[in-house]
Amino acid sequence: MTDTLGAHYLDNAATTPLRPSVLDIMTSVLAATYGNPSGAHRLARAANQVVDESRESVSAVLGAEPGQIVFTSGGTEADNLAITGAVEATGKRPVCSAIEHHAVLDPVVHHGGLTVGVGGDGRIDLDQLADVLRSHGTELAVVSIMAANNETGVIQPLAEVSALVRELAPDTLLHTDAVQALCWLDVASVTADYDLVSISAHKFGGPKGTGALVVRDRARSLVPLLKGGGQERGRRGGTHNVAGIAGMAVAATETAAQRASRVPEVAARRDRLADTICSSVDGVVETGVRSPGDRGHKTANICHLCFEGIASEALLFLLEKHDIMASAASSCSSGAMEPSHVLAAMGFDRDLAFGSLRLSLGYDTTDDDVETAIATIGPAVERLRQRERDGDRS
Amino acid sequence: MSGKGLDDKRNVNERHDVVVAMSGGVDSSVAAALLVAQGHRVVGVTLKLWGGDSDSGCCSVSDVDDARRVAQQLGIDHHVFNFGDEFDRFVVDPYVADHQAGRTPNPCVECNRHIKFDRFFRRADALGFDMVATGHHARIVDDPARPDLRRVGRGADGAKDQSYVLHMLDQDQLARLVFPVGAMTKADVRALAADLGLRTADKPDSQDVCFIHSVGGRERFLGDRIPLRPARLVDETGVEIGTVDSVEMVTLGQRRGLNLGGDANRRYVVDIDHASATVTVGERHRLLVDEQRVEAVQWSAGPEYGASTVQCSAHGAPRSATVEPIDGDASSIRVVWQEPQQRVAAGQSVVLYRDDMVVGGGTAGV
Repeated sequence: MTDTLGAHYLDNAATTPLRPSVLDIMTSVLAATYGNPSGAHRLARAANQVVDESRESVSAVLGAEPGQIVFTSGGTEADNLAITGAVEATGKRPVCSAIEHHAVLDPVVHHGGLTVGVGGDGRIDLDQLADVLRSHGTELAVVSIMAANNETGVIQPLAEVSALVRELAPDTLLHTDAVQALCWLDVASVTADYDLVSISAHKFGGPKGTGALVVRDRARSLVPLLKGGGQERGRRGGTHNVAGIAGMAVAATETAAQRASRVPEVAARRDRLADTICSSVDGVVETGVRSPGDRGHKTANICHLCFEGIASEALLFLLEKHDIMASAASSCSSGAMEPSHVLAAMGFDRDLAFGSLRLSLGYDTTDDDVETAIATIGPAVERLRQRERDGDRS
Repeated sequence: MSGKGLDDKRNVNERHDVVVAMSGGVDSSVAAALLVAQGHRVVGVTLKLWGGDSDSGCCSVSDVDDARRVAQQLGIDHHVFNFGDEFDRFVVDPYVADHQAGRTPNPCVECNRHIKFDRFFRRADALGFDMVATGHHARIVDDPARPDLRRVGRGADGAKDQSYVLHMLDQDQLARLVFPVGAMTKADVRALAADLGLRTADKPDSQDVCFIHSVGGRERFLGDRIPLRPARLVDETGVEIGTVDSVEMVTLGQRRGLNLGGDANRRYVVDIDHASATVTVGERHRLLVDEQRVEAVQWSAGPEYGASTVQCSAHGAPRSATVEPIDGDASSIRVVWQEPQQRVAAGQSVVLYRDDMVVGGGTAGV
């Protein structure tokens, strides 16, 4: 077992610790409610009741009808189902922003889709989107714009996007990847106009391997990715992950109930973290701010910084020595850090992007976590700059 | 496993923070295992160097998987460091440029010089490690003639000795380096890996340059990056006797691949004129020279002129020679052979030994 004791966990955008109540319900379901929800006998009906009740809970949090919820194996499957399902239903092309998670970007590219750029502040270029909609409006299957970016925490202008799409390409479906958003935004409200909405349980205290896609009525012709036993009204074959679904429902409900009180607390901690590092360390750029310190369109949890003259992987190593768990942009399949496509799209140069650090707070992050990070990061950056770059023999 | 394979008495009674470069091969797996058994605080790191197509290299995903799994079995942390940009800049780009300019580069030497024992070394220092280990078959030995100095000594397994590609190491580096398998034979390394149940025990040795794909090889790699120029093949009287597809692929001393058919007299490439793309072939004795110029010499601890044993390829035979300075500049030397030797292709490493210890090395000049 990994020792979690003493860990300062600042990687909540990667995944979150399981809520104790989620563990309880999942343990109970795994132990006792083992029936197949598609069956007819009482054990099956008991499992089906768990799925039905969970569906109602999740739909309430997402502002959707229960029948519009499709349970999936996670955010990636939900995104793939939205993009590929829309493309196959219409024979048309998808569009997304250049800063989407690869779970959206890769299927969009695979289907010959278009990408729309972002500004230096990490928000989608609405003029460019409008141009794409004007010139390709009738050829488009789906426009997919994430609710909040997983690296920078930048909140995308979903209302403006939706207004443009409805005006300029009214037959096109709208999808948003809200995987990073549920803890920080009122997803029901900000995605109300979206035909397809993806979430992932483990980003809000639920289990890995469980997610959902909201499929509103305009998107009902979506073609399933997984054809099989007719589950999820034929939109997603495969026996339900009953315990995972139950866990996700509890996590979503609790998160929604706590959101209003937790967001300002987390934002205050994040602001202290970011403000202190930016004012005490030289050669650091905070991403996704409109001007230094202005985080008005960022989610409350993410402090994303780029340090000049260092490599993320070396900084993360030193932080871990001090029990600080953070991450950089993205890893390739080998585990090596690669400069992120998000920073490239925002116009950051490659060297600076190599020095990125994402500190992502959660509902459970403490002042001690933040103070430890503050005390550690500056000296670590300075050490790397002195010892690694200087004395370059090359 | 009581210190078997430990070649370096410095570490027996001290615990060090050691980072071991783990390629995913058996040698570095066993190196890590030995260090763990000796009680050091060990972290494994795999260097991600080449982002392109490769099948034999040390940075494919399956090799990283092997390194990580071995580290897990040994109970040590494992990290991946990405030096891909530096590898392109210091190894791959010069490799291509050398071929274009008619030299025969040794990319493994340049990787050791610029990546493993420079970038990675500085990274290790910055991260707080006091020792760096690799799975090379070489030993770090005290110089009996100069007890204050350390030298790269040949590995115990003569067939696997890698001292040649480590010739650039200086005293600073040698003070912080350890080659745990250098005192073992390859067979013993594999046997120990099998005893420990390491998944890399039977993994084949890497063969060629890690960034060159076995399908297509060097020619396709270079052809994708530079124009390859057809060359005329002439005999020593200047009479054209054939052609080769690309002058960039021809190396001094080469005999195979010249399409000369069943020529009764074995003929070798004895001269390459890149400007006119003309390759001259002739009998082997035309390659023989009395002396060899060597540039960019790096000394293990200052120049050592006079009698030396000199090796001109990774597993080439060591030859007796006298080393002389040129123009009083320690970075250029003249190797005067005891018996005439084949001229060394420009760009190849020429390594100087005394009593099977490396004292320096450089790059063959013209």
